[in-house]
Amino acid sequence: MMKPERPVGVVGYGAYIPRFRIAAREIARIWDGAGGTPVDSKSVPGPDEDTITMSIEAARNALARARIAPDRLSAVWVGSESHPYSVKPSGTLVAETLGATPWVSTADWEFACKAGSEALTAAMGMVGSGMAQYVLAIGADTAQGRPGDALEYTAAAGAAALLIGPAAEAVAVIEGTTSYVTDTPDFFRRADTAYPVHGHRFTGEPAYFGTSRSAAEKLLHDLGAKPSDFTYAVFHQPNTRFPQTIARQLGFTPQQIAPGLLSPKIGNAYSAAALLGLCAILDVAKPGDAIFVTTYGSGAGSDAYALRVTDALPERRERAPLTAAYLARETFVDYAVYAKWRGKLVME
Amino acid sequence: MRHVYIIGTGATAVGEHWERGAASLAIEALTGALGTIPASRLGALYVASALSGTLHAQSQIGALIATAAGIPGVEAVTVEAGGASGGVALRQACMAVASGAVDLAAVVGVEKVTDVLDARREAALALATDADWEAIQGITLTALWALLMRRYMHEYGYIADDFAPFPINAHANGVANPHAMYRFAITADKVRSAPMVAEPLGLLDCSTAADGAAAVVIASEGLARELCASPVRIAGSAVATDTLALHSRPNPLWLAAAAQTTTAALRSAHLTHGDVQVFDVTDPHGITAALALESSGFVERGTAVALAREGALTPKGRLPLATGGGCKARGDTVGANGVYQIVELVAQLRGHAGAAQVDGARVALAQCMGGIGATVATHILTLD
Amino acid sequence: MDLAKHWRLRHARYRLEGQRNRLTGEVRFPPAPLHPGEAEDTWEPYVLSGRGRVYSFSIVRQPPEGFEDQPPYLVALVRLDEGPMVTAQLTDCDLDQAAIDMPVEMVTRRLRDLGPTGLIVYGYKFRPIMQM
Repeated sequence: MMKPERPVGVVGYGAYIPRFRIAAREIARIWDGAGGTPVDSKSVPGPDEDTITMSIEAARNALARARIAPDRLSAVWVGSESHPYSVKPSGTLVAETLGATPWVSTADWEFACKAGSEALTAAMGMVGSGMAQYVLAIGADTAQGRPGDALEYTAAAGAAALLIGPAAEAVAVIEGTTSYVTDTPDFFRRADTAYPVHGHRFTGEPAYFGTSRSAAEKLLHDLGAKPSDFTYAVFHQPNTRFPQTIARQLGFTPQQIAPGLLSPKIGNAYSAAALLGLCAILDVAKPGDAIFVTTYGSGAGSDAYALRVTDALPERRERAPLTAAYLARETFVDYAVYAKWRGKLVME
Repeated sequence: MRHVYIIGTGATAVGEHWERGAASLAIEALTGALGTIPASRLGALYVASALSGTLHAQSQIGALIATAAGIPGVEAVTVEAGGASGGVALRQACMAVASGAVDLAAVVGVEKVTDVLDARREAALALATDADWEAIQGITLTALWALLMRRYMHEYGYIADDFAPFPINAHANGVANPHAMYRFAITADKVRSAPMVAEPLGLLDCSTAADGAAAVVIASEGLARELCASPVRIAGSAVATDTLALHSRPNPLWLAAAAQTTTAALRSAHLTHGDVQVFDVTDPHGITAALALESSGFVERGTAVALAREGALTPKGRLPLATGGGCKARGDTVGANGVYQIVELVAQLRGHAGAAQVDGARVALAQCMGGIGATVATHILTLD
Repeated sequence: MDLAKHWRLRHARYRLEGQRNRLTGEVRFPPAPLHPGEAEDTWEPYVLSGRGRVYSFSIVRQPPEGFEDQPPYLVALVRLDEGPMVTAQLTDCDLDQAAIDMPVEMVTRRLRDLGPTGLIVYGYKFRPIMQM
């Protein structure tokens, strides 16, 4: 388990989910999907949205909750697999918009669906070492699914921002983290191709489950804790079934994961997926609650975290829209509109 | 300052002149305006064009037209002020002749827009807005007029149908104008059922940008009486600007430059609002003409639309407007509109306007504007 | 491609940074250079709240070049709480939802994509205020 000498925690948090949705059965209508669908619906970014715009709103919400001046941020880090530019960091735009520039470090992170938690772990180190008071770690994605592919049902969009600072100022203290990484090609995208490749059933046990379980079990072990010590748990949620299964494998109950389980309605928000679940949990948690978080990124790796909620949370959470507010705004579009907005029509 | 007279006018038909370029159109109009006067007698040439530079990657339109007219060497300038280009060019010519610097000058307005595709034309028209703070948002001039129309309806209690008399009047008058692009009447039902361009503006309350050129020759008093049997005096001439962006105005429904130039032009002419008998104002939409008439002080604010409904705009009405068809039926030649207005009003004052003639017209007002009145030029024409 | 121009305007476009008159407290947007004769320290940078009301709006169906993939879209004049009026698109708003006097809040969105060899231009739009 890794934890910095100086205790750190989440000083502010913010979510963003686009308002648009496409129903899984609408995708099935086009591609004649037989049997069940992996989620009920997924979020669809509007035509004027991308990883940068969503990161900005999630970050504004996190700053509003933390109520610190933006120029006190030492770093603004955005983790995504859908950065709008291949070269030109999403972070610079986010930092400018927030007013964190120019005395700030920014960089883009990539590790499939765990790019956001990569930034989070690094933020823990930056703050915990005393190099910085405050660092903003953001996970955001506007994921693309190949038309007709199984992943098209779930590739979705969202952003979650965590403002990390000293534990004394936190709404939730981070007690420790583990990272488990192996070179595992379960899902990847080559440069200059639009859609990723995935290994079907290979993405299950050897990848998602084995990796997540390893990180989670190690953290529990190093903390001397068991699943029932936690009030809530959230796992990376690429669909409805995977997080439910890993929770059961590890010994967490459906009640523990319920508030953070968003994938049935919004699909897989990739780098934002687990962290949005954490935001939803922070929206309802009480002081003293313990939260267990495990992210997963194909390639493959998993970061596990244990958090404990402080007295500061109830008041601070009211300062920005709750995750539920974003979940509640649902405007369904059909496949034609979705295809147009997601750039799947050949225009030239 | 000397008095200034219009001694000749000329214009091409307005339309899609696929086989003609800007120079060809301009020379046709200039030839008509010069009549028997040789072009070489011109002391100065003012060429008005809002879009020729942009759309045709061509600067120095003044030199281009001077060359095409066979008079390279003449003092020639290009005047650009969006839709006010024509009137602003006329003002330059007036000042040159009135001051004694020049005895004989020509003003040619020319616009050639049909060579480019619709979206490019729309973007070119939006050049008249603020590039950094309006155009970048995807705004069009039509959308700006549309939102002003919606606000006007909200403040004064009108519905979109109430504006129909403007295009209906324009089309009725266009029938009588051989230069007009559209020479057929339209009905209120057609206006109402036309598709939306930018709510609440429908297709039949939106002018069509098209190609055309119009020219006038102006002279000092002595030369005018020598060269022309029925000169028309330019009794008042004024140009003013307003903030470039509509959103910078204290009241977006007030066109301050229209107010300012009308007051100045009437004062120079020693006339009052009540003396003006026939009008030609920039009117791509009913709301544009309504705001122009109100801001210029001819009707109370919020009443122009009601007056239009009562028939005030027709040649027999209180505010005869668009007697040549206006932007809607004559066609919207953007930078050349201001000169087409003069051609039409001179015909009115000489009694040559046919079915659209305003009986006994002796005082006329021409007003053209760039963008949402960011530049306005107002001229008063009179018979001595 | 106007790289430098978009860069110059970024603070105003991204975070609605205008100016406040140090003497009178008047707030203006966008920021502007000094008029001839104005003292150098007359105006200081000021970030507006982004809250305002719709003065009027329309729907663009015949777009200018560069916006061909966007129609139909809402454009509006928004009167900001601090006083200035801005021109912007409305977003996250159904075409029949827009109304004069509707309260709105600023969001940062993509304004234009200048193509595969160009910039993505980001800036302000306004949406109906989101329920918390």
